[in-house]
Amino acid sequence: MNLSLISLEICVVALGMALLLADLWLPPGRKRLLGYAAAAGLGLLLVANLGGFGVFGSTGTAFGGMFVQDGLAIFFKRFFLLAAILVLLMAIEFSDRISAGIAEYYSLIVFALAGMLFAASANDFALLFVSLELITVTFYVLTSFQRARLVSLEAGVKYLVIGALSTAFTVFGIALVYGISGRLNFGELAGVAGQFGDNKIFLFGLLLVLTGLGFKIVAFPFQIWAPDVYQGAPTPTAAFLAIGSKAAGFVLLLRVLFTAVPDITAQWTNLLIVFSAVTILYGNLCAIPQRNVKRLLGYSSVAHAGYLLLGVAAMSTAGQDRSAGGSAMLFYLSGYLFTVLAAFTVITLVMRHLESEDISGLAGLNQRSPLLAATMTLAMVSLAGIPPLAGFFGKFLLLKALIEQGAANPGCYCLAFTAVAGIVISLYYYFGVIRAIYWSPGPAAAPPIAVSRPIRISIYVCIAGMFYLGLFPGVMVTVTTEAVKALNR
Amino acid sequence: MTALTYIFVLPLLAAVALAFVPRAYSVVMRGVAVGVTFVMMLLAILVFIRFNGAEADASGFKFVTTIPGLGASSLGIVCKLGVDGINVGLVLMGAIVAFAAACCSREIRDREKEFYILLLVMTGGILGAFASLNLFFFYFLHELALVPTFLMIGVWGRGERKNYATFQITLYLSIGALVALVGLIALYLQSGAQTFDIPELTERLRENPLSAGAQRFIFPLLLFGFGILVSLWPFHTWAPMGYASAPTPAAMLHAGVLKKFGLYGLIRIALPLMPGAAQRWMPILAWLCLGNLVYCGWVAMRQKDFNWLIGYSSVAHMGFVFLGIATLTLVGVTGAVVVMVAHGFLAALTFGLSGYLYEQTGTLEMSELGGLLRKLPFIGAALVMAAFAGCGVPGFANFAGEVTVFFGAWNVFRPVTVLACWGALMIGAVYMLRAVRTMLHGELPEKWANVTDAPHLWRKAPFILLLAALMLFGCFPRLLTDKISPSAGVIVQMANPVLEGNLRAEAAPAPPKSALAQGGGEAVQ
Repeated sequence: MNLSLISLEICVVALGMALLLADLWLPPGRKRLLGYAAAAGLGLLLVANLGGFGVFGSTGTAFGGMFVQDGLAIFFKRFFLLAAILVLLMAIEFSDRISAGIAEYYSLIVFALAGMLFAASANDFALLFVSLELITVTFYVLTSFQRARLVSLEAGVKYLVIGALSTAFTVFGIALVYGISGRLNFGELAGVAGQFGDNKIFLFGLLLVLTGLGFKIVAFPFQIWAPDVYQGAPTPTAAFLAIGSKAAGFVLLLRVLFTAVPDITAQWTNLLIVFSAVTILYGNLCAIPQRNVKRLLGYSSVAHAGYLLLGVAAMSTAGQDRSAGGSAMLFYLSGYLFTVLAAFTVITLVMRHLESEDISGLAGLNQRSPLLAATMTLAMVSLAGIPPLAGFFGKFLLLKALIEQGAANPGCYCLAFTAVAGIVISLYYYFGVIRAIYWSPGPAAAPPIAVSRPIRISIYVCIAGMFYLGLFPGVMVTVTTEAVKALNR
Repeated sequence: MTALTYIFVLPLLAAVALAFVPRAYSVVMRGVAVGVTFVMMLLAILVFIRFNGAEADASGFKFVTTIPGLGASSLGIVCKLGVDGINVGLVLMGAIVAFAAACCSREIRDREKEFYILLLVMTGGILGAFASLNLFFFYFLHELALVPTFLMIGVWGRGERKNYATFQITLYLSIGALVALVGLIALYLQSGAQTFDIPELTERLRENPLSAGAQRFIFPLLLFGFGILVSLWPFHTWAPMGYASAPTPAAMLHAGVLKKFGLYGLIRIALPLMPGAAQRWMPILAWLCLGNLVYCGWVAMRQKDFNWLIGYSSVAHMGFVFLGIATLTLVGVTGAVVVMVAHGFLAALTFGLSGYLYEQTGTLEMSELGGLLRKLPFIGAALVMAAFAGCGVPGFANFAGEVTVFFGAWNVFRPVTVLACWGALMIGAVYMLRAVRTMLHGELPEKWANVTDAPHLWRKAPFILLLAALMLFGCFPRLLTDKISPSAGVIVQMANPVLEGNLRAEAAPAPPKSALAQGGGEAVQ
């Protein structure tokens, strides 16, 4: 057993505990500031991880192969840490909307982060299930944290019911797979999965596992909860759902598809193509009539799951060398991190005192705070995939990876055109948000919006990230290509 | 580091710098924008003058430079800039129009900070796109220039249907751009060159042409993707409404400069890299261009609003360029490039003048205007000259380009040429001269008694500059053609494969064309 490999997870869980303990002794007025402590703690961990100091740099497997620390895991761990830091800063701004238990809110975010970190390293169906549950259960609470707000409770209940359903699917699927093959470990399963390629029960079990993961990544037809939950949940929770939970779903999906059952995945290309195409179209088309910004981002999150699935489809067609599709996917996720968190930060700041998050609440934002207006515009432009921001380069890489596979499977061409159609549709509603900001008639004398220093820094980080990935993508492409080498087996 | 580096980087850096200037200092914003575009213009003139003497690299490009850091070199994405005869004129035109547009930006009174930032981004983007020798940045920088257009129309646009126009132009142009993007990615992947470098790609495809199947699949993507961006009939409907709603500087830059990107893409990428498919599609393009020349000219005749009229007229003028490209002859392509440069100046001039009129009168409804020449001697005279240039009167650069296109097209598409000559020149003269008569001559309605002419040199400068450029290249077209024709020759040679093999057989239906192309080429040389 190699405990040092999970030192990051241990530190994060310890941080969460420490937050809970500090909650006992701190006077109520200062609890809000605990968030800064949590963000700083995670920041230190991120720096240590990036620097590869001491135990953080080592790779290998632990717990009998259940836990793997490879390039992919390390990439996603840094990703989750950064996301959690930005979400925590957002939560501090949001804290005046949460009537009680703000320290618990912070610590739950940290615990959800721990679940994501474990998910990044899961190499076994048991750990997959445990980490998924750790994420989902904390999110049940995070979603319904505004106890006085009916929509928040409604969102919490919806998430609970559908989340429980998806858990049931997952666990049932795992049971079937285990029952047929007798293996839980992905590496071992890969050795024997080929011989179960025509075993209906085995395939059915796998499909059920994919269903469970489909809930996490918000892919059609498992997306039904997303718009409601995004709309009702406290904004920082929605942000963390949009980026953290989705990315955790994707890393698990990658591991299951390409580490555990690569042979079967190669036969499922058409399924993945259809999956992706329908998700893109559904998300984009349903986003058009939305008037609530968070709901709109909920549908846009569905569409983005579809774009990310383009990479998965390309990988499944690619055979042995999956680095093009994989690195495109990871690149896209990284860009999405900065973009979506920028958007949710602006929503947090602008709309925390409004009753509903209608798009019209953004009207006149340009006068109230040019910085926030510019940030939201950049975020929308990046989500739409227009140069020079991260979203464009991500989509470019995804389309390139996909068209590369067109010779092997002509379905890829069709998927590429579907994606292009989706992008065009999405321009309509993203520009609708920009229109509201800049040229819709706004309230006559809305007060300027104060932006505190920490949140200003986090906004600058997001903007810098969007521009950096869009203009100087070279470094990130190298990093992501290295990271997906773990899947090229 | 060459002058091109500065032409590309200066406006973008200035845009970033302006983001940190407090918004109260609107004079600074305007000063920086005008100053930077002025410097760019001087640099572009310098590049143009020194072009003949400059050293060319192996593939015939001059002033080649790379901007370090941008892009991902592991994927062959490097920001490499350079000019040959085809784009040197476009860069010059773009820089001059950018300066003129910055000078005409006085009409913007609110949110000047955002406006000038967007203007500079647009300028840097489009000039970078013209100078780019990398397929990725070629596309990337054009898109970078498009976003500001949308925002400018949305925020500072005019008219009741501004919202509709903004969304129409956004979606329409994005469809075009994305279709072209798919084509470009497919082209990159099919070439197997593992690089986005245009000279390298060209070199590679010269030796191993794409399979006929791949060409058949990719070429239409590029043709119609780029075609939408240039308002190829029947994909032109975004243009008149978009320009009518746009603020003057945005209309000047978009109609003058940005729109030429699609044509440039066809000449630089589509023709030489996919000759087999080009041979097949060009006759179709030649007939489509009649839609631009005749149909859109016709529609222009019926317009009541002057901005709509020049919007349609700018769509119509694109027909000449398409016709020139479709000939695939040296003369035709050279003429097409001359028209591109000339029309850039002309479109900027007409939109600038109509913007001035709108600023003075608050309407461009032609029936309400009249007799304005009495009050506006300078602007009116400039407008008359612009109208003459638009109908193709000798002495202006448009004439030089159009007549060259017709010379090129005569042997290849005789019926189309006849129709185009008649249609374009007659119809163009009718609507332009009629507009001049209604707006400038006749009785002066009383309500326009207080309109004032451009008060000082500073307001006149952009128009003088554009007119001077039109007349300079009109009287001395060899300044352009001597630079263009060697580079166009290379492209025409690649687009007419005299060679062996399957492609030739594929393109069998039009055998005499390459012979004609060479005949035309000799005639010019």
